[in-house]
Amino acid sequence: MSAATLIAGRTARLRQRALLTGGLAAAVLVVFVVSLMVGQTFYGLDKVVRVILGETVPGASFTVGELRLPRASLGLVTGICFGIAGVTFQTMLRNPLASPDIIGISSGASAAAVIGIVVFKLSETAVSFVALIAALVTAATIYLLANRRGFAGTRLILIGIGVAAMLDSVVTYVLSRAASWDLQMAMQWLTGSLNGATWSSVAPVAIACAVLVPVLLLNERHLSVLRFGDDSAAALGVHVQRTRILLIVAAVALLAFATAAAGPIAFVAFMAGPIAARIVGPGASLAIPSGLIGALLVLVADLAGQFLFENRYPVGVITGVLGAPYLVYLLIRSNRSGGSI
Amino acid sequence: MTTTHQLSAEQITLAYGDRIVVESLDLAIAPGKITVIVGANGCGKSTLLRALARLIPPRDGRVMLDGQSLQHQPSREVARTLGLLPQRPVAPEGIAVADLVGRGRHPHQRMLARWSARDYEAVADALAATGISDLEDRSVDELSGGQQQRVWIAMALAQETDILLLDEPTTFLDVAHQIEVLDLLTDLNRKRGTTIVMVLHDLNLAARYADELVAVLDGRIRAIGGPDEVITEALVKEVFGLDNRVIADPLSGKPLVLPSGRHHVL
Repeated sequence: MSAATLIAGRTARLRQRALLTGGLAAAVLVVFVVSLMVGQTFYGLDKVVRVILGETVPGASFTVGELRLPRASLGLVTGICFGIAGVTFQTMLRNPLASPDIIGISSGASAAAVIGIVVFKLSETAVSFVALIAALVTAATIYLLANRRGFAGTRLILIGIGVAAMLDSVVTYVLSRAASWDLQMAMQWLTGSLNGATWSSVAPVAIACAVLVPVLLLNERHLSVLRFGDDSAAALGVHVQRTRILLIVAAVALLAFATAAAGPIAFVAFMAGPIAARIVGPGASLAIPSGLIGALLVLVADLAGQFLFENRYPVGVITGVLGAPYLVYLLIRSNRSGGSI
Repeated sequence: MTTTHQLSAEQITLAYGDRIVVESLDLAIAPGKITVIVGANGCGKSTLLRALARLIPPRDGRVMLDGQSLQHQPSREVARTLGLLPQRPVAPEGIAVADLVGRGRHPHQRMLARWSARDYEAVADALAATGISDLEDRSVDELSGGQQQRVWIAMALAQETDILLLDEPTTFLDVAHQIEVLDLLTDLNRKRGTTIVMVLHDLNLAARYADELVAVLDGRIRAIGGPDEVITEALVKEVFGLDNRVIADPLSGKPLVLPSGRHHVL
């Protein structure tokens, strides 16, 4: 066999992945635009486009420009953040259960936020900041606990699940003592919601995305080698410890910024990677497809939560309903095959 | 591959936590030869190999590559000279053979760079050398154990290093596949002049395929040299604690160890 056959095979695989990823991006765009059009008043595509281009359209300028556009944008960027952060963890730890919302990092953000709201009566901005710090501290704690006597992915997952359970009970305790007017705001930190999205809540997440996603993409090459095990990666010239810490910090920061803006939208980080792997093929690089799937999940779930039922539900309730059975399925499956992403 | 690289350990002490596994050990790997490290379970032979591959930093002493301490050289450059096949590498689910073997090019590639013509050639050569060219687009986890081991060796070959370290490359393989892997490594050594260092469990295969045997006992080198010098009844008894007879292997003329247990011996 010659190099030419290889080039042909690899080019074909890459082209197929590019096509599928392009398809995902198109789907995200469609759902994004649809979520700008529908609502209590329907606005046609022409009006929506004109608002986006900055023209003043009576009625639409406020509803689309001030309400729907920030909401959809927040859904888009948080979905991307959750998807990429989740798949980075899952790939690095070679386990689909290792997503940051399962191993306690989101719970750390929630617990800090709820304590901030109920106990310290902090402002919204301060709560977001505290949640961000808490997510990073939780991640560092779990990492250090798992890193004693050598790093082990499975130990990190188990410790993380334990930490998540502890933090969730803290949240429940604090909520049980909360005044009823705090409950509304605190609830957002349990399920995640796009309600009340404004440009000032979108901006920090968008900036975090713009800075951190390229960092993760540039390191994806190393990440793909880390999947072979630490020894193989080191033998291929990767600084295992340094790369792992860089990836964890970048992924946790992405997750934390998104959580600070929209709450821990349940299971998006957890589901996006495996769904992307199923669509573009498991051997491929998954960061971009997972980000797109994450955005798609959040946007579609938010639309469904708003308009599909008699009552309006926050987006996290819908993704939670989708994600919980998937978690059970994954546990059953990984029991059988030892499963990996 | 014209240059021959020098790999050696100088007075290295290796430890996991407080437990010292290897103490003040000196070893110079013979360039262009096949060196096989043997010893009882837990004697420190795999630890020694891991130190040579710079996976564990020595507590004391240093591992030298071409006159420079291994710890002080950039990872990427070391990875172009020194390859390693660990005992149990993990294949991501669903990855294609060619893509996995292509990861061996990692130390030769720059960030964001596409595969160069050289990369494709190296991968094609590695697939051909290991006889898995026709499996190129198959998924690694569908392959048999013997085929998977060849895929991993192909990845190490694609790395195009002058020195290749292997930790028990024949474990989990049946006897035919064990011979196949060892023949393949011998081909590589003879054709490309690759220096090969490996840990093997099977003493008789070690005696047959090694140019140089290193017998490790309690973290020290008990004997080193050609198989004829190293494999003696007294030494096998000392290193493995096993009564035995050593005869000449009628096929290779190398020493052949016949273990003598408590049962089924005349």
